[in-house]
Amino acid sequence: MSNQVLSCQNVTASYGAIQALHGINLEVNEGEIVVVLGANGAGKTTTLRAICNMVAGEGTVMFNGQDISKTDTATIVNAGIAHVPQGRGTFAALTVRENLEVGAYTRNDNEVESDIQMWLEKYPVLGERQKQAAGSLSGGEQQMLAVARAAMSRPKMMLLDEPSLGLAPLIIEDLFQVFAQINKEQGTAMLLVEQNANLALEIAHRGYLLETGEITGSGSAEELRNDPAVQAAYLGA
Amino acid sequence: MQLLIQRIFDGVSDGAVYASIAVALVLIFKATTLINFAQGEMAMFGAFFAYIFAVQSGILDFLGNAYLIIWVGALIAMILSAVLGVSIERVLTRPFDPEDHLPVVLITLGLFLGINAVAGIIWNYQARIMPSMFPNSFDDKIEIFGARLFYDTIGTVITLGIVLYVLFLILNKTKMGLAFRAVSANVESARLVGVPTGKVLSFGWALASAFGALGAVIVAPRITLQPSMMAAIVIYAFASAALGGLDSVGGAAFGGLIVGLTKSLGNGYLGSWHFGFEHPPLEFLPATPLLIPVLILLAVLWYKPSGLFGTKRIERV
Repeated sequence: MSNQVLSCQNVTASYGAIQALHGINLEVNEGEIVVVLGANGAGKTTTLRAICNMVAGEGTVMFNGQDISKTDTATIVNAGIAHVPQGRGTFAALTVRENLEVGAYTRNDNEVESDIQMWLEKYPVLGERQKQAAGSLSGGEQQMLAVARAAMSRPKMMLLDEPSLGLAPLIIEDLFQVFAQINKEQGTAMLLVEQNANLALEIAHRGYLLETGEITGSGSAEELRNDPAVQAAYLGA
Repeated sequence: MQLLIQRIFDGVSDGAVYASIAVALVLIFKATTLINFAQGEMAMFGAFFAYIFAVQSGILDFLGNAYLIIWVGALIAMILSAVLGVSIERVLTRPFDPEDHLPVVLITLGLFLGINAVAGIIWNYQARIMPSMFPNSFDDKIEIFGARLFYDTIGTVITLGIVLYVLFLILNKTKMGLAFRAVSANVESARLVGVPTGKVLSFGWALASAFGALGAVIVAPRITLQPSMMAAIVIYAFASAALGGLDSVGGAAFGGLIVGLTKSLGNGYLGSWHFGFEHPPLEFLPATPLLIPVLILLAVLWYKPSGLFGTKRIERV
């Protein structure tokens, strides 16, 4: 499997005495959007944190053919993984533009400025407010900024932690269109963890089901959408 | 009128020094959300570095009273203090969980006592005359409406103003400065965009220690050099930082000036307050100026806990 971008093998994670992940396996291929569906407390956030080595645990995480399970977070980001944390994690005290500049921290090329311009033009809300503190943006705008900031590092892969949380349905739809667009235009692979199965399965190619720290099912987006168990648990059917 | 102007000059002169230590406190607070109680003692150590280079080595005697030597001494003090600050952060505070404030606060309190004691062991507690970076004999002054404005005051304000401006440029125009502000705004997000947070912490401690050392070198000639020289100053600096807002560098500098002025004016006009006694007990008198920062701290905590220019922390639960 030469086109595999990310693979987790038997990854565990614990917070002190509490084990949150009990050895999960998952893969993301080049150019793919993969969704991990799970309820509150299933270990979705922990899965992403484990990939970035932000939580203690065992198992192997391979990224682009390299073992990154013992690599520190900054180096992992350098290698091409951008993590959009839950709750957006924008730098509230910094301006919109500065947020994008920090996003390019790992880059040393001279196209940073043109990339910033590109994002500011692509999302005019950000462009109009580039000199304002990011904390003054609305939730949806901040999420947009967080995604643009992550894209500024020109990642091979993005980890998106419940981006829909706390946003209005219309804004979530816009946001997911943005994900699909970035995925298509830049070929960025994405690992998306979500509770909002409906929209997530619309843009995703494949998906996994996560329950209390274990992968309990997987399949193409189509298969998952038609799975009665998924329908009952996540699609409200 | 003359007295009022004089007190304003004195206040600005003291305030500039409080500002320098307050800025150092704020830099470390921004990097670590931690109050470094040892900031003043670290600065005092820096002033001794300058003293050793300029005076104890005999260079100054040899070359005569050349200000350049003191300036070089101050520069050396800033560099060595930066190294000391970085080492303290790396060895004594980084191994501890930054979310858990108590251990680190205790460590900086311990450092406060420890550094003071070590300085006492090395240099004893005898006061030394520290030469100034600026002409500071009694004649080095200009008179405005009869009030004496010493070159020392002018030099202090200009020097700290320039250094503050350089600090502003470092924080706002460099990549490291941007990374520093990002870490200050959100450590975890900073890590997630690939900012090496460890390096940024070292950078913050280095800047703060250098800035503090410069303040100590400037104030030492006025209050003589000895291990406990910063004890009172640090209290005013805490009040300044709290007044300006613990996470605002400009606020700390402004707070320093306000505290300096308040102290000078308050002391001038209330210093002769007799506490209802006809002849107040002597031990009451030196307490009056120290009362002022405490009152400022109290007022800030009561009415505006985030300070004048600080950011309010709003956390979603």
